[in-house]
Amino acid sequence: MKKRNLLQRSIVIAIVTVVGFYIVIGPHGRRPHLSDLRWSGIKANLQNNIHLGLDLKGGSHLVMRVKIEDFFKRLAEENALAAQATAKDAGYDVKEAHADTSGGTYRSILQVGDPSKTKEIRDAVEKKVDFSDRTGWSFASSGNTLTWTLTGTGQRALAESATDQAMKIIDTRINAVGVAEPTLARHGGQNSHEILLQMPGLQDPERVKQLLAGASHLELVHVVSTPQTQGPVQTYPGEQEAIASLNSGGKVPTNRRVLPYTERPELAGQDANANANVQPPKKWVVIESPAIVDGAQLRSATANQSRAGADEYEIDFSLKPAGAQKFGEWTGANINEYMGVVLDDQVKSIAYIKGQIFDTGQISGRFSKQSADDLALTLRSGALPAPIEYQEERTVGPSLGADSIRAGVRASLLGLALVVFFMLIYYRGSGINAIIALLLNMVLMLAGLIMFGATLTLPGIAGIILTIGMAVDSNVLIFERIREEMRSGKTIPSAVEQGFAHAFVTIIDTHVTTIVSSLFLYAFGAGPIRGFAVTLVLGLLVNLFSAVYVSRTIFIWLLSRKGRRAESLSI
Amino acid sequence: MIRLFHEVRVDWLGWRRFFIGISILLMLAGMGTALYRHRFHPNGTDAFNLGVDFKGGTVVTVRFKQPPAADALRAAINQAGIKDSVLQPVLDKKGEFLVKVPHQGFEESATGESQAGVDAARTKIKRALNTFGQEADPSAKTLEDDPKAAYKIEGTDAVGQVASKQLRTQAIAVTVAALIGMLLFIAFRFEWTYGAGAVIAVFHTVLVTLGLFSIFQIEINLTVIAALLTLVGFDVNDSIVIFDRIRENRKLYRRMSLYDVTNLSINQTLSRTVITSGLVFLSVVSLVLLGGETLRPFSLALVMGILFGTYDTIAVAGPIMVWWERRLEASNRAAAAKQRQTDPVSSRKSARTDRSRNGVGKPSRAA
Repeated sequence: MKKRNLLQRSIVIAIVTVVGFYIVIGPHGRRPHLSDLRWSGIKANLQNNIHLGLDLKGGSHLVMRVKIEDFFKRLAEENALAAQATAKDAGYDVKEAHADTSGGTYRSILQVGDPSKTKEIRDAVEKKVDFSDRTGWSFASSGNTLTWTLTGTGQRALAESATDQAMKIIDTRINAVGVAEPTLARHGGQNSHEILLQMPGLQDPERVKQLLAGASHLELVHVVSTPQTQGPVQTYPGEQEAIASLNSGGKVPTNRRVLPYTERPELAGQDANANANVQPPKKWVVIESPAIVDGAQLRSATANQSRAGADEYEIDFSLKPAGAQKFGEWTGANINEYMGVVLDDQVKSIAYIKGQIFDTGQISGRFSKQSADDLALTLRSGALPAPIEYQEERTVGPSLGADSIRAGVRASLLGLALVVFFMLIYYRGSGINAIIALLLNMVLMLAGLIMFGATLTLPGIAGIILTIGMAVDSNVLIFERIREEMRSGKTIPSAVEQGFAHAFVTIIDTHVTTIVSSLFLYAFGAGPIRGFAVTLVLGLLVNLFSAVYVSRTIFIWLLSRKGRRAESLSI
Repeated sequence: MIRLFHEVRVDWLGWRRFFIGISILLMLAGMGTALYRHRFHPNGTDAFNLGVDFKGGTVVTVRFKQPPAADALRAAINQAGIKDSVLQPVLDKKGEFLVKVPHQGFEESATGESQAGVDAARTKIKRALNTFGQEADPSAKTLEDDPKAAYKIEGTDAVGQVASKQLRTQAIAVTVAALIGMLLFIAFRFEWTYGAGAVIAVFHTVLVTLGLFSIFQIEINLTVIAALLTLVGFDVNDSIVIFDRIRENRKLYRRMSLYDVTNLSINQTLSRTVITSGLVFLSVVSLVLLGGETLRPFSLALVMGILFGTYDTIAVAGPIMVWWERRLEASNRAAAAKQRQTDPVSSRKSARTDRSRNGVGKPSRAA
């Protein structure tokens, strides 16, 4: 072998090794100093450099799904009502409006008196209500029925924007509550509408969960009741009784809603979970639909003590000018009537109107300080476009993650020791060769993970195990082949050369097959599977360098020391 | 030098009926158990012991200072209104239990403001645990850091219905995708028949491993899928090493039949196969022994996979490839013979190309 070739190879290997080691155990973002060479310094740097996944580090992992069906349903209902109101205002004869949301399609349907006027009515409605093709609605009419249907493309576009909006709101809420280093990302495929939230270090996500899931859809509504002068607000002991009072044949007409009204039994200082099984007595009330104003008109919301010294809290809110004007007009016209505050389809408080109110209001209900703070926060951050539900919740305590690491490391070290022992016994001198290649492979693989900013998770460790297996295999392939060539009577240098040449074809084939299938895994898998694929591809690429290039160089060096007539090789 | 094998001359393919019989038997045993459990088992035990990842539900890992009796703990959990809970003490950690609970449905919390989709299981389990004393403060890193606490929840995994279904579909899709990727690449580098042989062999290993998981009711979770993918990798690796040697030997020994070349190639690479598999097996066994409870299903899947993966390269991948190639050869020859009757000129040409593709000569042994 040529001397120059050997020198070139040695330089390449030296540079890669030094850079690899520096990336793994060197300090990042500052100049190295002497303490980095001490054991404690190396350990600290290593911990800084390698990003551990939540399953190893501890923390909470939440997957939320935006209930997009609810969003479409509400949209169809609101639009139906708005269409009805618009057509009425324009002076057309409107019989009825409703939404049909069965079987995955969402329709707003308007029944009119005069079938010949459908075109005019459509134009009038679409001027005010956003039913355009651009927002994904398609129109059809037959007889005296006008139907707007949300198209598939419309659904997809709206769902995308609703999920993005939900994510923004969740982001605001998390930041307000002060979670350390949260990661928020879209999760799953294109049409999954899922959001992933990871909170390292957080062991009990209960409060955050409550805070995030609060849709916080606030409405101020007119409660259907006899006026205050004639007695207290009209409530019903059950939903059926409330519906029966409407005298509409057991169905709720579109301009009414029947909602639960909970007088809160929540006592100050008591744990919210402790009395979770004590169901408060539920009452039902009938309210008018649509609401007078809703949460979109909210300007601010703060939690305040109800009475000085008491451990009871309420939420004071104020409205934006447009909402305030509407609210003022309504309250002025309805003195002595009852007004309700509805939050997420539950009536929270009911008050009678003493005089005209413009822009402020209260949600009373004997909140504890924390729940009042959280509620005010969610109100300020805006309503979620649709409720969210939790699809996955995983928490890992710090000791559980540490145990996994410890067990994994211990097992790997034992495995490695066994491999080293065998390689030295079976392949003697060349075993050292294999061990150097193996260790270099591990260092460079870690360096690669750090460079790409990848996180190390349990499935990632599975990828490392497979890589080590294949690295050992590469060496075994080469050594066995060299032995074979030697047996067939070749000289040592040519046996080494032939051995590498033949084994190389096989190694390339096995590596590329695994890399190709890893690419498929990356494309079709999510989260943990991707971690596995990334580690594996990285490890295999590194292995081509360490098991083939480095190992070969060591052989070249050995043979060059023995000269052309080398007669023995420790293999 | 130490050598494992000296000049091995085993007629592996001669044993193919025996091997394939065993493989089919193993697959049938596994799948049969799964089907039996699925259909006839009185308690409706599922075919596989699916973890929460794939079935939905909640697992809470809890650690006690003074571990209560399992019966007392179960009673407390039943009291909290949870049915069908499974209690499993963690063997290698004292005082630690896994409480597994099926999907509880959604319960409105009394706090009212945000009940949307919060699974009640964790809250209910906490209520049950509170009868044994106080929970450790969330800021405490370990149970021992909080002197007043009686227990600490070390971890939870809760997966909803939609997500578990998604994960299930994804696990299958990902495994199939990996197999297709390999099939395509092997077909590109070798022949379709080689790809089919390797992929059928891997698929067989996956099925046998899953069958054993069903027989012994070992839990299948996300990490087991990672293990299955790992063994798919190892297994195809083995097949390719042999195929590579076959390709090389066919060029060297042009007069030898595919049957003999395959046997020769398996024998030549035998020491490599045994050494590599043995070494990987050693590391995986150390993972079973030291890797702890969390990694147990993962490491067990790997152990089984390595064993069957090594076996199936020789016993399944080779025979299938040889059988398929021979069939192709036979049908090509039949087609060529037919063509020769009609068009004598072009038939001679096609016969020659057939030969260069499928090797020369008849198989030396009868099939």
